[in-house]
Amino acid sequence: MVTQAQSSRASPGLAALLRERWDGIRSGDIGSWPVIIGLAAIVVFFTQKNGNFLTAVNFDNLIVQMAGTATIAIGVVFVLLLGEIDLSIGYVSGVAGVVVAELQLPGSGHQLPGLIAIVLAIVTGVVIGAFQGSFVALIGVPSFVVTLAGLIAFQGVIIKALPQGVIVIQDNLINDVANYYFSNIAGWIIAILLTGAYAAARLSSILGRLRAGIAVRLWWLELGRVAVVGGITFAVVAIANRDRGVPFAGLLVAVLFIAMAYIAKRTTFGRHVYAVGGNAEAARRAGINVARIRILVFIISSVMAAVGGIIFAARLSSVDLNAGGGTILLDAIAAAVIGGTSLYGGRGSVKGALLGAALIATIANGIDLIGYSAATRFIVTGLILLAAVTLDTVSRRRLTASGR
Amino acid sequence: MSRTAPTLELRGISKSFGSVRALIDVDFEVRDGEVMALVGDNGAGKSTLIQCVAGIHQIDRGKIYFEGKLVRIRGPNDAARLGIEVVYQDLALADNLDVVQNMYLGREEHDWFQRLSETIMERRTAETMKSLAVTTIGSIRQPVARLSGGQRQSVAVARAVMWNSRVVILDEPTAALGVVQTRQVLDLVKRLAKQGLAVVIISHNLLDVFEVATRITVLRLGRNVAVFERDKTTQDEVVHAITTGAPTKAPDVGDTDEGLPTW
Repeated sequence: MVTQAQSSRASPGLAALLRERWDGIRSGDIGSWPVIIGLAAIVVFFTQKNGNFLTAVNFDNLIVQMAGTATIAIGVVFVLLLGEIDLSIGYVSGVAGVVVAELQLPGSGHQLPGLIAIVLAIVTGVVIGAFQGSFVALIGVPSFVVTLAGLIAFQGVIIKALPQGVIVIQDNLINDVANYYFSNIAGWIIAILLTGAYAAARLSSILGRLRAGIAVRLWWLELGRVAVVGGITFAVVAIANRDRGVPFAGLLVAVLFIAMAYIAKRTTFGRHVYAVGGNAEAARRAGINVARIRILVFIISSVMAAVGGIIFAARLSSVDLNAGGGTILLDAIAAAVIGGTSLYGGRGSVKGALLGAALIATIANGIDLIGYSAATRFIVTGLILLAAVTLDTVSRRRLTASGR
Repeated sequence: MSRTAPTLELRGISKSFGSVRALIDVDFEVRDGEVMALVGDNGAGKSTLIQCVAGIHQIDRGKIYFEGKLVRIRGPNDAARLGIEVVYQDLALADNLDVVQNMYLGREEHDWFQRLSETIMERRTAETMKSLAVTTIGSIRQPVARLSGGQRQSVAVARAVMWNSRVVILDEPTAALGVVQTRQVLDLVKRLAKQGLAVVIISHNLLDVFEVATRITVLRLGRNVAVFERDKTTQDEVVHAITTGAPTKAPDVGDTDEGLPTW
């Protein structure tokens, strides 16, 4: 969370704000800056290597490429915040892809409209999450083992469900999830709505603080935040509009990101997730239903994996025996961790996962474009993951060292 | 002592963990405006008793009365609803959350849409800190991990008294503190009782106990030994009760008035 103003009536000056921020950095709260700087460095590098990297076409491609991983990473952040892990997300996304493909299959005897197939694939995610979460929360089986079992079992389910090896998705609505692009005008309207919503949220927060008699931090800083968010949104739309337009998958990720970030930071549920991850025993003694929180978090993780799986299936307009396999699981967890989410629980953010997913997708995209092999991509991604976790561990040590 | 019912009264409490009988037929009470000390050696059942009151454990047998009315405490929320607050020895703070978030842990202010009301929580936290004269913390929006031991203790105590609580239970509040901080906490305990709260303090330090307590309940191996009034007993007598389980000092002969020891 961004540092908030101190609770004195006097308006906190810029110096006080900077000092507080600096205290935070020194005691290990480094925020998203390493990822943002890393992302910028990678963009500069690939732009110099290949002229096609920084084009509207590739930008649109990149958004659709990262959408699935970003969605899954946003969900798994909640599990990591609890200090748990979900290894099944890859194949849960595969199962959802198979469900959606199977249910739209013409002539199968159970063909359903695309939208209903999508809803049922998401329901599958709910059921899987509730099942796995119950083992963790109610029986106390370590999440590593429960979801490792899920990883193995769901891989088998996918192979069993696809005796023909591949299903081609012919339903247009399903394929549009990853292949629909908004018109230029619709793109601008989306930009206006997103920026307006953000500005309204900031304004209502400021008014709330004023009404409560709590000091508001420097107003031009708030204005700056709105300007930055609005600027980025309009820039994205402007670039996308020079090619096919804003992809639906991009809007989907943006909406999921806003919803999940809101749940994590602004609701009692999100607060309880952080509390359980920080000190589960304290949370229990404070009357928080820890088991309920754990089960709901595993449901979130599986549902987001299911949505990610639908995006993957739509992008290829098919599912095959590789659905949910490959690097999906590790990319998603790596994205969350690179984005500053601690594997020890209690620390991390949805925003970080989105940035981490952008970083990983950008590397994959750029290395493909230059013509390097997948081997290079794996090595680079691995090294960045190691660097991110090292940074996390070092900053965590400072955080505990600065206490008491 | 007043004739009215005790604020919190336990009668015949028993609790077992498997084959271990942690509490056997224990009675306990505390009244408004008094500090009741709960003492006993390790394994006497002090922590188990307060965890039963706090709703962490459920009692096997016995009755709990709150202001004379029979109540059941099935979970931490039941205890909180009655106005029973516990400051645990380990403080039960989430290090990754800030001071305000810890103060409201588990009972966050929110609107109909489960949206947190940060401004209300921040303002009330600041007010509580001020009313308890806790001025050393600085920003109440910094993570608890950055606070010192004494500051963390202040946060835990402030959290307990913020909720219009009736009974505040402190488990070894001074065990991890230095001299100055111990003094501050003991003063705070006396202030709470003066405000009319019923205060229970668990401590191994009899000097602390004799300074703040009005009465002293002694447990030994999960059973009641005795309840002493501070003004009518001595540390020797309490130590004797803790170690041997004998409720009164050994030689009763020649004892003239009000339990003052003659030996």
